[in-house]
Amino acid sequence: MNTLEIRNLCTSFFTEKGELKAVRDVSLTVGAGKITGIVGESGCGKSMLARSVMGLIPHPGRLVAGEILLNGRDIAKLSQREYCAVRGSEVSMVCQDPMTSLNPVMTVGRQVKEAILLHNDVSGDEAERRTIEAFESVGIPDPDKRLKSYPHQLSGGLRQRVLIAMAMVCKPKLLIADEPTTALDVTVEAQILRLMRKLCEDGTGILLISHNLGVIAQTCDDIYVMYAGSIVEHADPVTLFEAPVHPYTRGLMNAVAALNRNETVLETIRGVVPNLLHLPAGCAFSLRCDQCGKDCADRFPEMHSIRPGHEVRCHLAGGKEGT
Amino acid sequence: MARTLLKRILQAIGVMLGVALILFIMLRIVPGNPVETLMGEHANQATVDRMTAELGLDQPILVQFFRYIGDAFRGEFGTSYSLGKPVSQLMAAAFGNTLKLTVAAVLFAWCLGIFCGVFAALRKDGIPDRLFMGFSLLGVSVPVFMVAMLLQYLFGYVLHWLPISGTDSWKGYILPAIALGWNSAGSIARLVRSTLLDVLQEDYIDTARAKGLGQMGVIWRHALRNTMLPVLTMMAMQFSGLLSGAVITETVFSINGIGRLAVQAISGRDIPLLQGTTLFATMVVIFGNLLADCLYSVLDPRIRKEAE
Repeated sequence: MNTLEIRNLCTSFFTEKGELKAVRDVSLTVGAGKITGIVGESGCGKSMLARSVMGLIPHPGRLVAGEILLNGRDIAKLSQREYCAVRGSEVSMVCQDPMTSLNPVMTVGRQVKEAILLHNDVSGDEAERRTIEAFESVGIPDPDKRLKSYPHQLSGGLRQRVLIAMAMVCKPKLLIADEPTTALDVTVEAQILRLMRKLCEDGTGILLISHNLGVIAQTCDDIYVMYAGSIVEHADPVTLFEAPVHPYTRGLMNAVAALNRNETVLETIRGVVPNLLHLPAGCAFSLRCDQCGKDCADRFPEMHSIRPGHEVRCHLAGGKEGT
Repeated sequence: MARTLLKRILQAIGVMLGVALILFIMLRIVPGNPVETLMGEHANQATVDRMTAELGLDQPILVQFFRYIGDAFRGEFGTSYSLGKPVSQLMAAAFGNTLKLTVAAVLFAWCLGIFCGVFAALRKDGIPDRLFMGFSLLGVSVPVFMVAMLLQYLFGYVLHWLPISGTDSWKGYILPAIALGWNSAGSIARLVRSTLLDVLQEDYIDTARAKGLGQMGVIWRHALRNTMLPVLTMMAMQFSGLLSGAVITETVFSINGIGRLAVQAISGRDIPLLQGTTLFATMVVIFGNLLADCLYSVLDPRIRKEAE
């Protein structure tokens, strides 16, 4: 069974200027022990998708439609109180910026311990023992000493490890990592990604969110490309990087510097991401797409499979003109 | 930590001496002769001269100052001109009343201010928020004497619930404490609200929620302590405001406290008493700041680190 299955999820913000569709009709799956990646540029709704799964959509947003099946149970229908019991124990999240994601006035040990005590009926000593264990498992040196450190006394990499330890300490089925390495050095990034790989060995599914194609390519078993709130392409990394179909995905690939190509100027995708308050009626990418046809501007494309395991949301794909 | 504290205490003594000197000089260069005020306008020059010599006011200012400081270190602040008793004795008698009043006012202000601030933040833009913030605007903008008189009129004169003046029973402290604490309750509520709203946007609050903490757990365990950091600074600064408020409150409610002594001292040109009460006020303000610094380092480990 898949650890996470999202079906037709829509999240909107109801602002004074109208409905802002942050997540539109997103369906995806995360397999047990697998890393599923979501890639897209800033503001495309990746983080809102993560927050929707966590049940932490900020005001004035809310889940409009869809199902979030965690091991078969639809958690989208849970009450706030029930959701609290799920968060941290069955699904947990590692946030983007380790520098600001830990409470500055509490020792890191206490912050991790808090998560254990919240979901398990254990003594304080036992919780501390488990905290030390968790610190060891994410490679924090001198775990029993580090326990008493405050966040400002740790480096960024160590803080991210603490956050991962905190997220993993109750052995959740699903870990959502929202840009876990964006704020870190490249060397530390590699360590954290290796750690992620190790974590899913015991069956945890990971949803890895990033704008960095390199990170996604290197780590994930399955990749979803997101644009303006919806998934535009889904494939395994080899297919996606070797034969991208959606014009947006191809644009992204061309915008990355490759060592084996002799480029002086990187390609860019013309135009900007459309305002989510005023999305075009048809394909959200139609305004920036060089192959945009008549259908593209008028009709929102459906996600369709072009070969097993490779889906794309484009009128031009799937045996029609232009592909 | 102990070294920092010692340093701060030494600094505090320096500030006290500075304030004492400035005060001393000011009181002696303002026009008007205290002896003449004391003796009445019909006293002859010989008596005035004799009295001036007796009080030591004919000596050079610095001699007077050092004599005063020497006495002060022994706990002697001279004898009040107008009341005829040692200043230390007068202040000791008044201190208890002022302390009770201030503690009651502070408790009132903190409890009400923090409660209203947190509640308003949680119901942002809702009816409680608007109501509390409207009230706190009144709190910040209505002067102490006005609040005092309104309270006296409403609860003392119209409803007869509480005494209008005097401190015969604990009930006598209720209205003065509210009048005195009203202002700071308003500003504390506003600061708590805005700080808490900012803190709730922080990433570590998301982390706490992602851990599975409910709204109350997030507020109590994670948000409130971070919210209190700037609030604490303001509370310490309000100490001086409370003191000046105490002068007015004690006068309006006829409470025999330090503030009322100060008013008597000013109107009677009673230099020793005025020096005593002012130095006392300085001490309280310095102590308030010192206390805030200590609490600050308890609450915020980042500062503790620097101090070490």
